[in-house]
This record gives sequence, C-alpha cells and structure tokens, in this order.
Amino acid sequence: MSKDRIRWELFFTFMGIGLFTFGGGYAMISVIEDICSRRKGWISHEEMMDMTVIAESTPGPIAINCATFVGYRQAGLSGAVMATLGVVLPSFGVIYLISMFLDDFLEIQIIAHAFKGIRAAVGILILNAAVNMLKKLPPDPLPKVIALCSFAAMFLADLFCVDLSSIVLMLAAGAVSLVFAAGRACAGQKGGDPR
Amino acid sequence: MICLELFLGFFKVGCFAFGGAYGAIPLIRDVVLSCGWLDDEALTYMIAVSESTPGPIMVNLATYVGSSQAGLLGAASATLAVVLPSFFIILLVIVLLKGWSRHRYARAILQGLKSCISGIILATGLYMLLQSCIRWGAGAAIGLRPGGEESYGIWSLDIRSLAVTVLAAGAFWGSKRWSKKKLSPIGLILLSAGLGVVIFYGG
Repeated sequence: MSKDRIRWELFFTFMGIGLFTFGGGYAMISVIEDICSRRKGWISHEEMMDMTVIAESTPGPIAINCATFVGYRQAGLSGAVMATLGVVLPSFGVIYLISMFLDDFLEIQIIAHAFKGIRAAVGILILNAAVNMLKKLPPDPLPKVIALCSFAAMFLADLFCVDLSSIVLMLAAGAVSLVFAAGRACAGQKGGDPR
Repeated sequence: MICLELFLGFFKVGCFAFGGAYGAIPLIRDVVLSCGWLDDEALTYMIAVSESTPGPIMVNLATYVGSSQAGLLGAASATLAVVLPSFFIILLVIVLLKGWSRHRYARAILQGLKSCISGIILATGLYMLLQSCIRWGAGAAIGLRPGGEESYGIWSLDIRSLAVTVLAAGAFWGSKRWSKKKLSPIGLILLSAGLGVVIFYGG
C-alpha cells in the first residue's frame, strides 16, 4: 500500500473514531483498541497498553495521544498529523455548529430549565471523576496529603473569590513530590538502603 | 489579538491537562473565568454539551470558547492550541524518551501532579454543585463572599436546584447499587435535564 493511501486511511479511520465516541477519555481507548489493534492490526495489544500508560502520564486528551502515536507508527510525522487532524475535526465541526445556535436555543424556556437541571449532572460527573482518581492514589501518605491540601486551597480560593491558578498549584505539588523523592533517595543512600 | 490570547490560554491548558478529560476542566475554568470569556453558568452548560457530543471534552470546550469569542478563527486557534502540546509531547516520547516514565524522579513529579489535580477536580466539582444550589441574594449585610461591594448578600438555598441535585445524585450513585449497570454520563445528563424541566416548571 502506498504511503499516501495509508495517510488517508489513518485520517478517515480516526475521523470515524472522533465522530462516534461520546464522553471522551477512557470510552475512546476501547474503541481505538478495537479498531486499530483488532481490526487494522496497526498496533499490538501490548503497545496499546503501553500507550495507555503514556497517555496517562502526559498531558492532553487520550484520544489525541493515541492518534498521534498510531499515526506516527504507521506513516511517520505526516501520519501523526493526519491521524490527529482526523480525530479532532469531527468534534470541531459539531461544536462549531452548536456554538452558533446555543444562545438562541437557551432563550426557549423549557430548554433553559433543562439546562438548569443539567448543572447538577455536570457537578456530579466532575465529583465522580475526582473520586475515581482519588481511589487510584497510591497508599503512601504523601499523595493523599498533596491531594487534601490542593483540595482545601482550591475550594477556599473558589469560595472567597481569590484568584488561585491551578497550574501554579500543580507546579508546587510536583516540586514538593520531587523534593520528597530526592530526600528519600538521599536517606536511602546514607542508610545503605539498596533501593 | 483575541486569537493570540485564546491560543496562549488554551496552550497553557494543553500543557498541564494531566488526568484525562476532567483534569482539564479546572484549568479551562481558570483561564476562561480570569479572561472573562464565559461565566460559570455558561461554562457548566458547555461542559454538558461537550459530554454529550462526540470527541474529547477538552477539544470541544476549546472549540466552543474560541468560537464564542472570535468565530471560526478563534475556534481554530483555541483548538489548535489545546492539541499541540500533547501532539509534540507524544512525538517526543516515541522518538527520544522511551523509558522516561519509569524514571524515579519523573514518576515522583507525575505523582505529585496527579495527586494535586485530583484534589483540584474534587474542589471544582463540589464548588460547582454548591453554586448551583445556592443563590446570592442582594441587599443584606452578611457576606460569605468578599469581592466587590455588590457581591455582599445573604445566601439562600435554591430548593428546586437542591431537589434536582439530590435526585440526580441518588439515581447516579444508587444505580450502581440497585442495578448492575451504572447510569452513563449521557444518561445522567438526560435524566437531570428531564428533572430540570419538571422541577423548574413555572418557576
């Protein structure tokens, strides 16, 4: 198969993935695995597992991470671009259309009421995501303390309308975690801990 | 100009959006509120729309905010900006740094970032729920919420919103216990939309 054909196939395959997966995130991983690994044979199951780990430890939407990875593997840089474009374009188009009508839509009273109800759903979904992430924290105390402090800082800042940047908070948390790891490594060396 | 601001704002979001779809919401909220692009209510609506339309939530939110500020060009710059960091980081990981995520110090930093973002997401979710259930009345002297003078006021519970929240939360977390299948996010959004129509009727 010529390179050009592979590129277009990547583009259209990922466009399909972008168009038919709702909810983002982990919902997309199973679809991507089904299509790219089982049907197309583009990447192996093990690579897909590796990819999930990488996606979890790098920023950005998992779907984008997977598309870039698979595209690069199949056809280099241009493949990565085509696959990423493909996965982004459908949501871009759909949301762009919605953005033109949403405000007029909200003028209709019954829709406005429905959206007022939806505010509750959004809060619940965000809480649910947070609880799932907190459950996955490792058992040692440091991550829990960091999570608790970040929660308290952010919640109080919201409540009292203080402008606290979550990025600054994250950088601080990363630094604290690094300092503790370095400290532990030093202590380990001094004490002759073979770790 | 606004396009450049959108690009920079969402580029920052793209660089720090660890923790999947919901990890980006607090960051986007930060940028969007501090730049005055949307208010909390509009953002909440948009999160619901992003959840119920195909594609990654982060990309959907970027497209919407960009389009609401500067049309097609704004949508394109915000979307490009939110995607670029993860695109390049993945390329970097594939080409150069194969085993980086197994390195001890890299793992420590990542763990710190993830613990922090889970706390931040919890705070954001809780605050958004609180905000939808509480109304800030104007005119009285007791203020929980120092800001401008006008934001001082008594707070009162919005009973209808509270009812929707309690019912929706009960259905969402209860569905796991009573039936085998947990209510899906879209199912929850549809349910609470229905509850909203019924409970706010005539309000």
